[in-house]
Amino acid sequence: MTQKLKVGIYWAASCGGCEIATLEIAENILKFIEVADLVLCPCIADFKYDDVRAYPDGYIDVCFFNGGIRNSEAKEIAELLRKKSKTLVAFGACANWGGIPALANLYTKDAMIERSYITTESNDNPQGTLPQTSYKMPEGELHLPKLFDSVHKLDDVVDVDYYVPGCPPVAKQIWSCIEAIAAGKLPPKGSVIGVGDKSVCDECPFEKKTEGVRISKFKRPHLEKPDLTKKAELNNKPQCLLEQGFVCMGSATRSGCEAQCLKANMPCRGCYGPAEGVEDQGAKIASAIGSLVDSQGNSERSAEIVAQIVDPVGTFYRFGMGNSMLRVKKL
Amino acid sequence: MTQNFEPKILGIFCNWCSYTGADLAGTSRMKYAPNMRIVRVMCSGRVDPQFILKAYKEGADGVLVAGCHPGDCHYIEGNFKTIGRMQILEKMLAQFGIEKERFRLEWISAAEGDRVMHVVNEMTTQVKKLGPLNWKEVSRSKDIGHCEEPKATKQSPLNK
Ligand code: SF4
Ligand code: SF4
Ligand code: SF4
Ligand code: FES
Repeated sequence: MTQKLKVGIYWAASCGGCEIATLEIAENILKFIEVADLVLCPCIADFKYDDVRAYPDGYIDVCFFNGGIRNSEAKEIAELLRKKSKTLVAFGACANWGGIPALANLYTKDAMIERSYITTESNDNPQGTLPQTSYKMPEGELHLPKLFDSVHKLDDVVDVDYYVPGCPPVAKQIWSCIEAIAAGKLPPKGSVIGVGDKSVCDECPFEKKTEGVRISKFKRPHLEKPDLTKKAELNNKPQCLLEQGFVCMGSATRSGCEAQCLKANMPCRGCYGPAEGVEDQGAKIASAIGSLVDSQGNSERSAEIVAQIVDPVGTFYRFGMGNSMLRVKKL
Repeated sequence: MTQNFEPKILGIFCNWCSYTGADLAGTSRMKYAPNMRIVRVMCSGRVDPQFILKAYKEGADGVLVAGCHPGDCHYIEGNFKTIGRMQILEKMLAQFGIEKERFRLEWISAAEGDRVMHVVNEMTTQVKKLGPLNWKEVSRSKDIGHCEEPKATKQSPLNK
């Protein structure tokens, strides 16, 4: 038997959901451990950084790296894992483009810390203690990682071989990636893997192209329900949620998840990232949605409708701020 | 320094009205600020908000999009789409902290050479006053790991 693959799974600025999603490959886990050994996975096993430092360079065959680069620890470990891994995979929205944590790029670090440690309603911090990077104790000085000013994606700090998007990636796609890796059947370096080659609309159970449809009122999915009795003219499928006035990112987002949110009657929030050929997911969806606004050539009328879109930047770059053209707020 | 600052303004003009209007301004020898570089598109409905973000990212201090007056678009309703797109983009630019004077949507017909002159002059003055946008500096994208010790902010009890 050939040697087992050595696999690492690491989290940086991450929520842990990517690891949980990996467990969703369910009974395939048994097949996975037949072909692979875990050599790092802080979420479920007690490996120390020093264990990794002791590995020879290139020792890890594949490292799935989730989470963005938020602090000096994440950067240091990303660099270490790059050195120790033959193949480094940016896994999940956060590693690909900063993900949800990168929305903090719209604030200063100080404002963020103040919100987290001082003004959050449920805080109990009467001393106003803030995180420090060093602390003197009788036993000696402690050093903690430094928080960066903004959130970076993984390939801002190291060379990345493959990109697996999603928040989190769906189990079926994760398994297809593992199979491809185990079989040594990988596309050229730099490819996005575990995805489709179209947009979410392509896999969506709703249907557009009801001729001449324009949006005169935007709706929010937690306040209003889509009308499933409305049918598209083209066929008998229910009418596209965007055309019904729900902000849906589907047309600017890469396929691969089988439109799972849409199948639950929820608009797509864009977690599979920019579709092929789209450089800036947020600007692209602004273009698609803007063209549907029922302006009738009247700026005032249009402005009233556009005013109903709450927080366009936070919505359109929900997962992609770290990869957007502007990336941060000008302060 | 702002005194000598000459803003770079990108103009994206539709072929049928606004570009012809700018041509008219030229052939009529109207004098307007030399700060604008025009890109011609077939219709303002072709202007993807990505173009505008890219312009700022690559160093533009301001962007002016110009098209036919609503109702006059060569492609009938091309500019109806422009309105919604640019209004959403304006909201986004505000969230990114880009001053509203740095973006402008104007309807300029083929006969309105004077309007080109007026708009470009006015915008140049306004952007001059704001100073350079310098997005490369703003985004600090090269500056990975740039970090300072968190400071106690005004509201922080540490300062009381
Ligand atoms: S991509 Fe989503 S699931 Fe994965 S770490 Fe980021 S927030 Fe969590
Ligand atoms: S915009 Fe959304 S609802 Fe409409 S077809 Fe695309 S994914 Fe489906
Ligand atoms: S439908 Fe959109 S938000 Fe939902 S999983 Fe797919 S890409 Fe992500
Ligand atoms: S052709 Fe001028 S705006 Fe459409």
